[in-house]
Amino acid sequence: MAKMGQHVNEAIGGVGQMNIVVIGHVDHGKSTVIGRLLADTGSLPEGRLEAVKTNCAYNSRPFEYAFLLDALKDEQAQGITIDSARCFFRSSKREYIIIDAPGHIEFLKNMISGAARAEAGLLVIDAKEGVRENSRRHGYLLSMLGIKQVAVCVNKMDLVDYSQDIFESIRAEYAEFLGRVDIEPTEFIPVSAREGDNIITNSDRMAWFTGSSVLDVVDGFAKEPSRVDKPLRFAVQAIYKFTAQGDDRRIIAGRIDTGTVNVGDEVVFLPSQKRSRITTIEGFNLPTQTKAVAGQSTGFALDEQVYLTPGELMCRVDEPQAKVGTHLKVNIFWMGRQPMIKHKRYKLKLGSTRIPVWLREVVTVLDASDLTTDSNKQQIDRHDVAECVLETLKPVAFDLSQDIAQTGRFVIIDNYEIAAGGVVLDTVHSATNRTLEGVRQREKNWDRSGITPEMRSERYKQRSTLVLICGPVGAGKQRLAKALEENLFKSGRSVYYLGLANSLLGADMNVDQGGERDEYLRRLGEVSHLFTDAGLILITTISDLDEYELDMVKTLNRPNDCRVINVGASRFTEAKIDLQVGDLSNQAAAIQKIKDMLVQEKYLIEYYL
Amino acid sequence: MDQLDTIEAQSIFILREAYRSFKNLVMLWSVGKDSTVLLWLTRKAFFGHVPIPLMHVDTAFKVPAMIEYRDRFAREWKLNMIVGKNEKSLEAKETFPDGKLTRLECCAALKSEALKHTLSGEWPRWVLDHTTGEYVKQEGGEPFTGVIVGARADEEGSRSKERYFSPRDRHNDWDVGDQPPELWNQFKTDFAPGTHVRIHPLLDWTELNIWEYIERENIPIIDLYFDHGNGKRYRSLGCMPCTSPVDSTAKNVAEVIEELRSGKFSNIAERSGREQDKEDGAGLETLRRDGYM
Repeated sequence: MAKMGQHVNEAIGGVGQMNIVVIGHVDHGKSTVIGRLLADTGSLPEGRLEAVKTNCAYNSRPFEYAFLLDALKDEQAQGITIDSARCFFRSSKREYIIIDAPGHIEFLKNMISGAARAEAGLLVIDAKEGVRENSRRHGYLLSMLGIKQVAVCVNKMDLVDYSQDIFESIRAEYAEFLGRVDIEPTEFIPVSAREGDNIITNSDRMAWFTGSSVLDVVDGFAKEPSRVDKPLRFAVQAIYKFTAQGDDRRIIAGRIDTGTVNVGDEVVFLPSQKRSRITTIEGFNLPTQTKAVAGQSTGFALDEQVYLTPGELMCRVDEPQAKVGTHLKVNIFWMGRQPMIKHKRYKLKLGSTRIPVWLREVVTVLDASDLTTDSNKQQIDRHDVAECVLETLKPVAFDLSQDIAQTGRFVIIDNYEIAAGGVVLDTVHSATNRTLEGVRQREKNWDRSGITPEMRSERYKQRSTLVLICGPVGAGKQRLAKALEENLFKSGRSVYYLGLANSLLGADMNVDQGGERDEYLRRLGEVSHLFTDAGLILITTISDLDEYELDMVKTLNRPNDCRVINVGASRFTEAKIDLQVGDLSNQAAAIQKIKDMLVQEKYLIEYYL
Repeated sequence: MDQLDTIEAQSIFILREAYRSFKNLVMLWSVGKDSTVLLWLTRKAFFGHVPIPLMHVDTAFKVPAMIEYRDRFAREWKLNMIVGKNEKSLEAKETFPDGKLTRLECCAALKSEALKHTLSGEWPRWVLDHTTGEYVKQEGGEPFTGVIVGARADEEGSRSKERYFSPRDRHNDWDVGDQPPELWNQFKTDFAPGTHVRIHPLLDWTELNIWEYIERENIPIIDLYFDHGNGKRYRSLGCMPCTSPVDSTAKNVAEVIEELRSGKFSNIAERSGREQDKEDGAGLETLRRDGYM
């Protein structure tokens, strides 16, 4: 048994590596179970065991198997595991990464980090202490993380005289709890990690136990079913073009979460709904490929150069596609120092999407240590598990976690930190959104004078409107806007060119880089509302505006009017644009076209009685 | 997908996330086998290109063949190569063994200090000019906010607790007790001004994986790792005074793999030839908290 590591590579063949997390309440002996597993299977480097033993003798403290893992100084000093450590371990069947997760409540986020990598879990319970708060919390979290393969080690059996009664009572209590969180353990194993009982072979001291040893149970865990059979999900990480290096390929790069895709397949990108076809599968130091499958980090060239940004989800047209929406019903586990509250801007990271998000509704908050719920809480505190509704700034593409786990889960960033993990339970169809609600509130509270829009219109000989000039960077929008202002001003109109937007909304301000482009757009919309309310014609320019952003600005400017003029290439559907200007080679003609439109639509009133 | 395919895909995913998230990104290249595999994975991730600058900290005690190898591939692969060093300590001979410093103090001065100040831009950087083939001294560089490192979890205890994306504060410190959560391949890509993030794409790789991948991809690796007839080879590369070759007759990649799988090294730690690990009970951890890679 001792040298089993030696034959591993022939034996493992295609079985593959497996990640297993070991969790449980603090001090219940997780690190000791792993230390024992490593030592007794001969998986430790030569000299490691002796070195730790010598070190213990030198510091006059008794040797413990846990010291093999608790490598960091703080941990040895306090005798607890602070962070998830990974160790490599081989049985005669396959290779493992064993993740030693901390049991102390303070380090729950480390436990989550460890467990989220795992395919199966080993829960450790102290026979003397029995089921404790974190035994339950960890069990619940495993379930939420989607880990359904679980075995339970009832440890420290030596401290209870290897009593079958004690083992059975813990088994009954904990099996009942796990059942409530939808986990059916493959095995309960009575062990003494310190003494090595039932770790790799069955122990004589517990002859009453007829089940399998820890090693056999671990070897019996099944690999995750292949993700190849699901519909294609490919989160676009980046669009590369290394033109400066003399490479003209435009490559859509990312990793395939699920499914397969072939050269020639028609694909759709969500949420933008853009369609294209795969022409090549790109790679370096690889033979030509015609097919790519789940798990691969790869890249594609497309036959039509659709405008794409990182964060889109590529699906196949001939398969069920992901959902798209702004309102998600989710289950989240909050780890942040500050509670999660409403009206605060957070960042959502789902697949390759990074987008501002707000907490809209708390449905229930659950105490994972005893499964009690609270339906009256309005915020989510540290270590709470909550069912709630989130609203994203723009529509995002996702799946329900029960359908496709990889694209049905996310994290939330608060103040640079990952503060929560969560899974999508459902889509919520909402007739309203944050912007609209804010505008309704504003209009309700607005204290109006006796001067009506009609009176202003008569005075200024015009109807007020926002003239929004859109188009790609460098199209000459600002020059046009200024010339338009001058032209209208000189012909007696009350007009103002707002030059603020373009610099603040420049290329660096995109949401992906943590910029607050939407916040500037919100301010622009509010400012525009003031100007147009005062009866003016306001002209401004915004580069690379998308349809959701346009809707937001228009909503904020309500109930006043907005006219959209697009210069050059358009990212909008036709219905969104009031006037398309192909190019500005003849600026005077462009200005005349805009004026004609404004006259025709009665913004510029040509005669009055 | 086999095991190498799986860890390769994960490393590429991490490299692309790093490239997407950090404006001032750099990769440390020691010319050793791990960071050379990392460089190869970068070419994989970016379809043959290396859009990330590479930094090498030259302690002046490296085996000369390492510098030759570095510059050969820097030119061949058109790398944006940056070299940093601790000029003051080297001039004042504050080194080991020819100065007054212990091994650990020497490591701290020539590696940790040089690295810290070169990353921050406080000390000069020597940048390879591809038109002349020479290194040009540059002052006043911008601080790097993302630093890609080839650390592996199986190397020793403290590395087994690293995150793929691991934040360092203003003083370069690693707060092991308060690491960010990392789940479902969502990494810490947001960081406060003044802090930076270390990125570890090779965390899941073992020493054996590294060699198997070198063999599979036919990666040109420095030949100090092989025996040239005297029965000795390096298993881990470092400075000459502190790294000893091991007894081995492995003459090529296949023989190194055989040795690791079932031969004499299948059960002996890789860094056993590195003396600085042994000076203090937790030598490497102390160095790492202080910024050592």
